[in-house]
Amino acid sequence: MLAQTTIATPDVDVAILLPMLFMGVGGLLILTMTSVKKDIPAWFITGWTLAACTGAVISAISLWGRYTDEGPSSTIANSVGFDGFSIFLTIVIALAVVMASLLAHTYLIREQLEGVELHVLLLLSGTGGLIMAFANDLIVFFLGLETLSLAVYILAAMHRRRLESQEAGMKYFVLGAFSSTFLLYGIALIYGATGTTNLVEIKTFLDTQALVQDGLLLGGLALMIVGLAFKVGAVPFHSWTPDVYEGAPTPVVAYMASGVKAAGFAGLLRILSTGFQAVVDDWVPAMEVIAALTLLIGSITAIVQTDVKRMLAYSSISHAGFILLGVLAASERGTAAALFYLASYTFLVAGTFGVLTVLGGEGDNNFSFDAFKGLGKRKPLLSFAFMVFLLAQAGVPLTSGFFAKFGVIAAAVDAESYWVAIVAMIAAVIGAYLYIRILISMFLEDGDEDAEVLAIPRSIGAVIAAAVVVTVLFGIFPGILDGFAQDALAQLTASGN
Amino acid sequence: MINSLLLAAEAAGPVNFPVLTALVVIPFLGAIAIAVVPAARIEAHRLIALIATVITGAMSIWVLAEFNKDDSGFQFANDDPNVWVESLGIRWDLAVDGISLFLVVLTGILFPLAILGVSPEHSPKNYFAWIVALEAGVMGVFLTRDLFFFFVFFEVVLVPMYFLIGSWGHGNRVYAATKFFLYTMFGSALMLVGILAIVFLHEDATGVTTFNLVEIAEGQNWGVNTGRWIFLAFALAFSVKVPIFPVHTWLPDAHTEAPTAGSVILAGVMLKLGTYGFLRFGLYLFPEAATWFAPVMMILGTIGIIYGAVAATMQKDLKRLVAYSSVAHLGFIVLGTFAITTEALVGSVMQMVNHGLSTGALFFLVGWMYERRHTREISQLGGLQKSAPVFAAAFTLVMLSSVGLPGLNGFVGEFLILLGAFVASPWITSIAATGVILAALYLLWAYQRVFHGPAEGENAEMEDLKVSEGLVLLPMLVLIVFLGVYPKPMLERIEPSVDALIAHIDENVDTWTEPQREVLAPSDDDHGDDHSDDHSDDDDHGDDDHSEDGE
Repeated sequence: MLAQTTIATPDVDVAILLPMLFMGVGGLLILTMTSVKKDIPAWFITGWTLAACTGAVISAISLWGRYTDEGPSSTIANSVGFDGFSIFLTIVIALAVVMASLLAHTYLIREQLEGVELHVLLLLSGTGGLIMAFANDLIVFFLGLETLSLAVYILAAMHRRRLESQEAGMKYFVLGAFSSTFLLYGIALIYGATGTTNLVEIKTFLDTQALVQDGLLLGGLALMIVGLAFKVGAVPFHSWTPDVYEGAPTPVVAYMASGVKAAGFAGLLRILSTGFQAVVDDWVPAMEVIAALTLLIGSITAIVQTDVKRMLAYSSISHAGFILLGVLAASERGTAAALFYLASYTFLVAGTFGVLTVLGGEGDNNFSFDAFKGLGKRKPLLSFAFMVFLLAQAGVPLTSGFFAKFGVIAAAVDAESYWVAIVAMIAAVIGAYLYIRILISMFLEDGDEDAEVLAIPRSIGAVIAAAVVVTVLFGIFPGILDGFAQDALAQLTASGN
Repeated sequence: MINSLLLAAEAAGPVNFPVLTALVVIPFLGAIAIAVVPAARIEAHRLIALIATVITGAMSIWVLAEFNKDDSGFQFANDDPNVWVESLGIRWDLAVDGISLFLVVLTGILFPLAILGVSPEHSPKNYFAWIVALEAGVMGVFLTRDLFFFFVFFEVVLVPMYFLIGSWGHGNRVYAATKFFLYTMFGSALMLVGILAIVFLHEDATGVTTFNLVEIAEGQNWGVNTGRWIFLAFALAFSVKVPIFPVHTWLPDAHTEAPTAGSVILAGVMLKLGTYGFLRFGLYLFPEAATWFAPVMMILGTIGIIYGAVAATMQKDLKRLVAYSSVAHLGFIVLGTFAITTEALVGSVMQMVNHGLSTGALFFLVGWMYERRHTREISQLGGLQKSAPVFAAAFTLVMLSSVGLPGLNGFVGEFLILLGAFVASPWITSIAATGVILAALYLLWAYQRVFHGPAEGENAEMEDLKVSEGLVLLPMLVLIVFLGVYPKPMLERIEPSVDALIAHIDENVDTWTEPQREVLAPSDDDHGDDHSDDHSDDDDHGDDDHSEDGE
C-alpha cells in the first residue's frame, strides 16, 4: 500500500504576481499572435504593449491600496516580497517600458525595422525588472536579472544595419554575462556564509548572529556589489556604458537608462541597504568610494565628449553616482530619496532620449553639437522641452531633478557621509557645465537656417510632453512624489498571507 | 486693475491676503503668460511683463505702507505655513522684516523700470519672460524663511540671468554668462551641504525635522567648530554672489557683457542676494562663527573697496568702470555687515538699497549712451555735456550719489557704515575710508573725460535724454535725493530688526558684546534723526574732496 504523500508546494498569492503576469504573458501572447498572423499592424503591437503595461500599472495601484491597508507580506515561500518598494518600482519600470515603446513606434518605421521583436523584448525585459523589484530571495533576484539582461542584450543590437549597434550588443553581452557570474558567485558565497539565499533569513541571521570569521560573507558581498554595480553602470564597472549607449537604438537607450537602472538599483537597495543593513560598516565605505568615483569620473569625462548621445551616456554614469548616495545612506530616508530619483529620472531620460530620437534623424547618428546649433530658433517648442530636461539633469530648482539630487544628498548628509555629499555637489557643478554646453549650442549659436525641418511624430511628442509636465510638476510640488516614496520602503517580511 | 486688487486685499484684511506669496507668484505667472502668448504678438509680451511687474511693485509698496515700524520681528507671515514636503519639514513660509523690507521694495521698483527703460534687440518674448521670471526668484530669496526655498530661489535666479546675458548681451556674452553661472553655482554647492548639515544637527538635537530659519537659528544645536565650518560653506556662496575679493572675477565680465536691463538688475538687486545672505543667514544662523570671522571679513571687504576703486580708475570701458565701482561699494556693505554694530548694520542695509538705486541708474545711463554712440570706450567719448545737457545733469546727480556726496542717499549709508565700523576696528575703517576719496577720483575723472572737453564727430550730435528715459530715471532720482535729505523713515524701520539681530548675537555668543563708542554720549538710541548735525565736520571733509578732484 502506497502511503499517500503530497509534495508540499508553497502558497501562491496570485494578486501579487499580477503585474509580472500582465507584462510577461502579454509579451508572449503578442509574439505568438504575430507568428500566426503575419500582417498585424504596427499600431496594434504598440497598443498591445501599452495595454500590457497599463494592466501592470493598474494592478500595482490596486496592490498599493492593499499594502496601505494590510502592510507588507510575502508569498511563494517568502521568495517574493510584497511591499511599497516593489509596487513603486513596478510602476516606474512599467512606465519606462511604455515610454520606450512609444519612442520606438515611429523609430522602427523610420529606420525600416518594423516588427514585433523590440516590443516583445521590452515587455520581457520589463518582466525581469519586476521580478528583481519583488525578489526576496537572491536566486529569484538572479532569475529576474537574467531575464532582464538577456532581452536587453538583443535590444542593444536591434538596429540590424548599424555596425555600432551590433558592436554595442556584443560588448554588452560579453561584459554583462561576465558580471552576472560575479553576482552568482557572490550569491554562492553568501549562501556558504549564512546558509540561505533568502533575504529575510539572511537579515535575521545577520541581526542575531555575529560571525567569528566573516571572510566568506564579505567576499560574497564584494562580488555581489561588483555584479550590481555593473548593471547600474557605476565606476569602475562603467566602461561599457558609453559604447553601448552610443551604439544602441535611441529608444532602447531610454529604456536602459531608466528601466534597467531602476531594476539594478532595486537590487542594491533591497539587498544591501535593507538585507545587509546589519553589516553596513563593512560595505558602506566601499560604496562611498564607488559613489565618489562614479560621480566625478562620470561628470568629468562627460564634458570632454563631442557627441551629445555619448555625453549623455557619461552623464547617466554620474546620475548613477547620485542614486548610490541614497543606497549608501542605508536608511529609510536614503531609500525614499533613491526611489524619488529613479522615478523622476525615468521621465527625464525618456524625454531626453525622445528628443534625441527625433534629432538623430534617419540612420540614428546625427548627434554632433552642430546638429543642435540654432535649434532654439528652428524648433522652439522642442528646444524648450529639451532645455527643461537638461536643466533638470543639471539639478536646477523647480525641476524634479533638483529635488532628486537634494534628497539623496540630504540622505548622505544625514548618514554623515559628508565628504561624499561634497563630492556630489562638486560633480553637480561640473555636470552643469556639460548641460550648459548643449544649451549654448541650442540657443546662443546660430545654426544652419536651411537645415531640414524635423517633424515630431505624435507618439514621441506625447512622451516628451508628458515628461515635461511630470518634470515641472514634481519640481514645483516634490511633496506629492516624495509622499509615495516615503511609504515605499523595502521591508523584508516573512509572512505567508 | 491695481486699485481693484488692492481694494480686494484690503477687504480681505491685511492678514488674510497672502500678499507676500503674491509677490512671488504674480511675476511667476506673468512669465508663464508671456511664454504662452505666441511670439508674433510682439506688444503683448511687453504689456504682460509691465502689468505683472507693476502689480508686484505696487504690492511691495503696499507692504511698505502697512509695515509696522515698531515691530522688530517678521511680519506678514502666515501663522501656519503650508507644508511643502512633509518628510523633510519643508514649508512655504514667507515673511518680511526691517532687513528685507527695503530690498523687496527695491526689487518691486527696479523691475518695471528695467522693462520700461530698454527694449531687447531681438526675441522680445523670451527676453520679457526671463526678466519677469527673474523677479519671482529674487523676491523669493528676500522673502522666504525656509532654508530649502532660500536655496531654491538662490539657485533658480541663475537660469534667467544666464539667458539674459548669454542671449541679449554684448561681445563675449556666452563666455561671460557661462562664467557667471558656473562661478555662482560652484559657490553655492557647498552651502547646500551646509544647510542640510544644520537641519540634521537640529533634528538630532530636537527630534524635529524642519528647514525653518528661525527655529534652527534659535536652537543653535551645533558645536563651535562645526558652526565655523558650516559658516564657511555659507560664506563662500555669499562671497561669490556679492562678490568679495578674490572671487569677484565673474562680475566685471558679466556686468559688461550683460544687456542694460540685465546689468541694472544684476547690480541693483542680484548682488544684494549675497549681502542679504550674510546678514540673514550668516550672522543670524552662525553668530559665534560670524563674530569669530568678522576681522577677516572686514579685511576682505576693505580689500574689495580699495581694489575695486583702483581697478575702476584704470578702466577704459565706461561700463566696466561702473562694474568695478560695484565691487568697491559692496566692499563697504561687507565691512559694515561684519562690524556688527547697530550703525554699521543699519548703514549696510541702507547702502544695499542706495547701491541698487545709484548703480542701477548709472547702468541705465551708460546703456543709453551705448545705444546712441555704439561705444563705451571712454577715449571715444568726450564733450557730451554740450550735446546732451540733461543727460549730463542726470549723470552728475547719480554719480554724486555713488560718490557719497552729503545730501544724497549714498552719503547716509556710507557714513553710517564707517561710523559703526570705526567703533569695531578703527584701523581697518581708516583704510576703508580712503575708498570714499578714491570713488570721487575715478567717477569724477570719468565724468570729466566723457562729458567735458571739446565734442567732436558723433559726440557733438548725441541725442539728449528722451522724455521716456527721463521718466524711467525720475523715480530713482527722486529717491536718491529724498533718502539723502530725509532718511529717517527708512532708518527707523530697519533699526528694530537690526537691534533684534544684534541682541540675538549677544545672547548666543558669550565672549562677544556689541562694540561701543568710547565717547560719553548721553543717549545713543536715535541717531537716525541726529546724525547730520552730529558729524558736520565730516561733511566738510567730503566736500573738500570733491572740490579738489572734480571739475
